[in-house]
Amino acid sequence: MNDIETQNIELQLLLQAIYLKYGYDFRNYSKASLKRRINHRLLKEGLESLSAMQHKLLYDVHFFDRLLLDMSINVTEMFRDPSFYLALRKYVIPKLKQHSFLKIWHAGCSSGEEAYSMAIILKEEGLYDNTQIYATDMNEVILKQAKEGIFKINKLKQYTANYQKSGGLESFSNYYVAHYDHVVMDKSLKKNILFSDHNLAIDGVFGEMNLILCRNVLIYFNSELQNRVLKLFFDSLGKDSFLCLGSKESIYFSKTSDAFKEVVKEERIYRKLY
Amino acid sequence: MKNEINLFEAVVIGSSAGGIHALSSVLAALPSEFPLPIIIVQHLHPHSDSYLAHILSTKCELKVKQADEKETITNAVYIAPPNYHLLIEEDRSLSLSIDKHVNFARPSVDVLFESAIYAYQDKLIAIILTGANNDGSQGVKNIKENGGYVIVQEPTTAEADAMPKAAIAATKVDKILPLEQIGPYLLAMVNHSRRVHRFL
Repeated sequence: MNDIETQNIELQLLLQAIYLKYGYDFRNYSKASLKRRINHRLLKEGLESLSAMQHKLLYDVHFFDRLLLDMSINVTEMFRDPSFYLALRKYVIPKLKQHSFLKIWHAGCSSGEEAYSMAIILKEEGLYDNTQIYATDMNEVILKQAKEGIFKINKLKQYTANYQKSGGLESFSNYYVAHYDHVVMDKSLKKNILFSDHNLAIDGVFGEMNLILCRNVLIYFNSELQNRVLKLFFDSLGKDSFLCLGSKESIYFSKTSDAFKEVVKEERIYRKLY
Repeated sequence: MKNEINLFEAVVIGSSAGGIHALSSVLAALPSEFPLPIIIVQHLHPHSDSYLAHILSTKCELKVKQADEKETITNAVYIAPPNYHLLIEEDRSLSLSIDKHVNFARPSVDVLFESAIYAYQDKLIAIILTGANNDGSQGVKNIKENGGYVIVQEPTTAEADAMPKAAIAATKVDKILPLEQIGPYLLAMVNHSRRVHRFL
């Protein structure tokens, strides 16, 4: 047995230890990027091996908190992929206007940028006051940041450009106040957003949604976990409701794919048929 | 004796500025029945679409496509999509990530190369072509440490020489070749190892 095979055993044991001790289940994540993230923490902490890391995380909860931040997916931006939001405005929003009350779920919302983006669109389209947005993530540290709605000012140029390309109707500066090197998002945007803890790998359905957005989360899961999550979305959506995935994600390999039709193929917007 | 002949199983290529021309040159030298998969990271503008796969497929006989996540690797050429890292899983399927930029790049050559080691170990050929930064140099160093084979474009034949120079500085690479010789050398090397392997 060579070193790489031995490291694989260590990785399996490490993930098992995390699951047993803390209840976070990474066992069905895609291994290649998970390894990168874990190795990053290994080097940073000066640990010798995954076995040493396993020992540390079992006895040191603060260490585990740092590792958990590395292991969860925290890369996001406002109006990420503007062409997606443009398609959302054009093809999904008009259909949502037929409902008197809306429930929208951002699954894997990370630090909340996309949930705030959605709130802005709903406001501009006159839907916000009749909407409940559920923005969920498994990582409580990240959720706390999301709730605060404070973002670094150096990202603003990009966000403003994204907003304009995504069909924004106002001036983007209407939605935030700059404060030193940060911007604080307008309070009215989070009035109807409920940020809460939900883990796609282990938790279940919590309501019937009109729209679910889960973008660039499934790419981190293996096929088994992807199927679990897509089934969870299927069970959480009413007939004719919408599902939006990341631009490189697809429902076609999943068992529930027959239940959906494409609304905008290249933007991965789907509608549930039954 | 048989174990001493390395029967390579995959080729990974990293390129940046000037890479489209360089990749075309390498791939054009390979026949449609080239027996190994080729997985490529070329730095691209984040909002460019799949035009690179299209251009390269018109320049060579091989099947060229943009990589899809969870796709099983076969004998084809796979290109990383813009704005995603491309990684190889140990079951030899492809996966994508939106993790932070590495060496200011996404896709990053280092990310592809380092994941390729887990999947192919010493059965890996890595090629570094033209580029204006040092992405890939950590990757080739690790590939050498794990027994893989590294070819680098001769820097004076590169449109931008920083990337090949950084790779050469990072480790003792196996071969430094002018651009036009890389494709033919790769083909001869792969064919030779297969012939010897059959003979033994």
